[in-house]
Order: sequence, then C-alpha cells, then structure tokens
Amino acid sequence: MNKENLQLDRQGNLRHFLTIEGLNRVLLTEILDMAESFSGVSERTVKKVPLLRGKTIVNLFFEASTRTRTTFELAAKRLSADVLNINIPASATSKGETLLDTLRNLEAMHCDMFVIRHPNSGAAHFIARHAASHISIINAGDGRHAHPTQALLDMFTIRRCKPSFHNLCVAIVGDMMHSRVARSQIHALSTLGVREIRAIAPRTLIPAAAETLGVHVYHDLREGLRDVEVVIMLRLQHERMRGASLPSEHEYFQLFGLTEDKLALAHPEVIIMHPGPINRGVEIDSTIADGPRSVILQQVAHGTAVRMAVMARAIGPHAVESGAGDR
Amino acid sequence: MRAKLDERHIGNPVMVGIHTGGAWVAERLHRLLALTAPLGVLDISFYRDDFTRIGINPQVKPSQMPGDIDDRHVILVDDVLYTGRTIRAALNEIFDYGRPASVILAVLIDRNGRELPIQADVTAHHFELGPQQQIKLQDGPDSLQLVLSEITDGG
Repeated sequence: MNKENLQLDRQGNLRHFLTIEGLNRVLLTEILDMAESFSGVSERTVKKVPLLRGKTIVNLFFEASTRTRTTFELAAKRLSADVLNINIPASATSKGETLLDTLRNLEAMHCDMFVIRHPNSGAAHFIARHAASHISIINAGDGRHAHPTQALLDMFTIRRCKPSFHNLCVAIVGDMMHSRVARSQIHALSTLGVREIRAIAPRTLIPAAAETLGVHVYHDLREGLRDVEVVIMLRLQHERMRGASLPSEHEYFQLFGLTEDKLALAHPEVIIMHPGPINRGVEIDSTIADGPRSVILQQVAHGTAVRMAVMARAIGPHAVESGAGDR
Repeated sequence: MRAKLDERHIGNPVMVGIHTGGAWVAERLHRLLALTAPLGVLDISFYRDDFTRIGINPQVKPSQMPGDIDDRHVILVDDVLYTGRTIRAALNEIFDYGRPASVILAVLIDRNGRELPIQADVTAHHFELGPQQQIKLQDGPDSLQLVLSEITDGG
C-alpha cells in the first residue's frame, strides 16, 4: 500500500499522522493555524477544551522519552481525552508478532488513537496498516525515519519568530545520519517553501543521498552558518551510533559545537533551536543554549499546542464513518 | 440594549462576539455603546456538539477574551439565534475563562427553530422562517448584509 495515501482519507482529511511526506502546504498550514488557537487554552483558568471527551488515547512507547511522551499526554488531557501510558522496552519483545498482539489487545479495550514511538523505522506505518479502521495512529518517532510532530512544532516556533518561510535560510547542524527529526524537518521546511536548507555535519554523519532532498551540504560549520536566520542543532545520538563515526566528543565540539564566535557569522537576528535533550558542551555551548537567541524552551511549550492540533485533526468524523461500516 | 443594561444596573460590561457574524455585530454595538472594556471574540469550534459527526473546522480562529472575566457582566453577541446550540457552546467556553457575574445574550436576528431552552435578552429583528430556509450575515466587517437562502437537499 502507498505510504502517503495511508495518512489521508478519501476526502483528503488527516486520518493518521505518520510522516510529513505526502502532506501538502495547505494541510500543514491549517495544522499550524489550529495550534495557534490551541495555544491560548493553556493560558486560561480551565486549561482544557471538551473536544475529545469520551475518546481514549494510548501512548505506546517502545523507546524511552520524557518530553515527547509528556507533551502528548498533556495535549490529550487538554483535549479532554482519557490517556493510557504504556511503556514497553522493545528489547523485551520479538518485534512483529508481539507488536500485533499488543495492538489487538489495545483494540479490544476500545481505544481511539495510538501515539507510537518505536526504535524501528516504519513501525508506525506498520501499525497504521494493521490497526482497526476506527483507530488513528500518530507517529511519535520511528527509528531513523520520521518524527513529524517534532518537525511541526519546530515550524510553529519558526513561524512565531519569523515573518514568513519564503525568504528564510535555515541550517540544520549535526548528526543527520541517525536523525529522524532532521528528516522530518527537511520535508516540512521544503513543503512550507523556505528559500534555502543547509545541512552542516561531518562527512561520517551525513547520508550520501542528503542532496537529493534539496539541501545544501556543508562540512564546515563556519562556512555553513554564514547569514543563516534559523539554526537547528541536532543531538549527538550516542545510542544510535555503532562503530567509530566520530573521533571524540571533544573534537566534535571543536569543529561542530555551536559557540558564540561561530554564531557571530550568522544573521544578526538568528534563532537557535534544538529538539532536546541537549548535550551541553558537545553540540552546543551552554551560554548559547541559555542565551537570548535560544528558543529551545519555547519549542517545548509549543509542543503541546501542536500535538493538540494534530490529534484533533486525526480523530474526526471518519472514525465514526468507518466505525459504522464495521458493524 | 442600553435599556437592558440600565434595567440590570450594569455599569462596565465586557462584550464578546461569536466568530464570525457575531463578532461583526459586536464590533458595531461596542462602538455604538462606547464601551471601555476591550471587545472579546469567541470561536466555539472546540465546543461544538457535532465534532464526532463533522470533525473539526480547519479554519478555527483563536478565541480572545479581554482579560479576567471573573465577576464581570458579559454581553454575548451573535448574528442569528437559531437552534441555540452555538450559544450553549459559547456559554461553556466563557465559563472556562472564569465565572462571570452575569451573561446577557444579544442577537441581531432571532428566528424560530430552537432545539435548546435558550432565549435572547436583546433582539433587533424576529423572523419566522421555514426549516429549509437559512439566514446568514455576510460581507463583514465593513458592509454587513443579511442573505436569505433556501437549503437544497444534501446542501
């Protein structure tokens, strides 16, 4: 089955949210606009709306996460849904079979949405293909493949800080090889029409095919940072690295760590983003992470509103429609 | 409107219009009454009772409440009062911002077809319409125009 079509129903409405690929600018912009409406909810006396009252959302995490799981949970609760958090260490399962068994058990509990994080690329697609038709799947990160809600909250943060995407020059710095975040960000940035996307990384941490995604590859941080308006730092993913891709963390920081003197080459109104968790002194200097140009904590705050918007769009009338068809 | 405020001894009300038609009417009323408190706008999309049937309105706008509404007198404004479901949703949303001292409902058009026990306190016009007829405020916010149309089957 076609990956892209899996996410949309026949009317073009969002059914699952698995990857940015195959979603057009209009849909992404609508989700960002809706997140703007949801962001006000957190500032009110009653910090929730009754939209998903009576729905049950399962956070199914096969890989550790604090920030992502917490903001998904908060988003679901602010929409008045009931939330189950299930953490399953992936190493304890025998993959495919057990994954489907888990799925069938949760379906039997009448759940409406699964939020899935899994160390294997394609896990969310796999589940979307096999889940009952009334269940919506949100990908909260699968292996090295995609992390679409993180990419969207990054877009939301950029939009809050910059007047438009069109004339923007954005640099993504760091471990592109293992980063599902970078992949989703590149798709989102190009769909939203930014002028230039740069990928800055050592040769060993950048996929050979990166240029086919329409990015300009740099292997020198100083050169790559020149005049950029948005810098997205990536976390150095020790846990996904096998073998010696890097000489040492110290040397990495010397060459690719973001420091004040290197940042001076960027646009004067540059903003610094990072999906977290930060490795201070490895990919980013603490003075920058905590400095005035850093929007890292805003990104976290925006995560809830953006995830509310994605959930509200994915749980919709199709659930009722297809549910009725099952009977 | 002024008489109703005097009757209830309301000095400094907060006016809130329901997006979009109600917000246009509220804008006019707010100016005519020379109210000092800033105007609020509600988009009740997150409070609709037909979400599971029709899904979320993708064009939802942020609601903006003018500061704290605890113990304030609120004038809720809409263009057309029909089934009452929009007002039910708006009241629920208002109470998620705080506990107002009172809420007055002011509408431009009151038409028949109520499905909930909700009535307006102030009404500019009353229309008796058939169940297939629809009345809508258009072309706001500058040149407001009421349009009466027939709903065809499936439309």
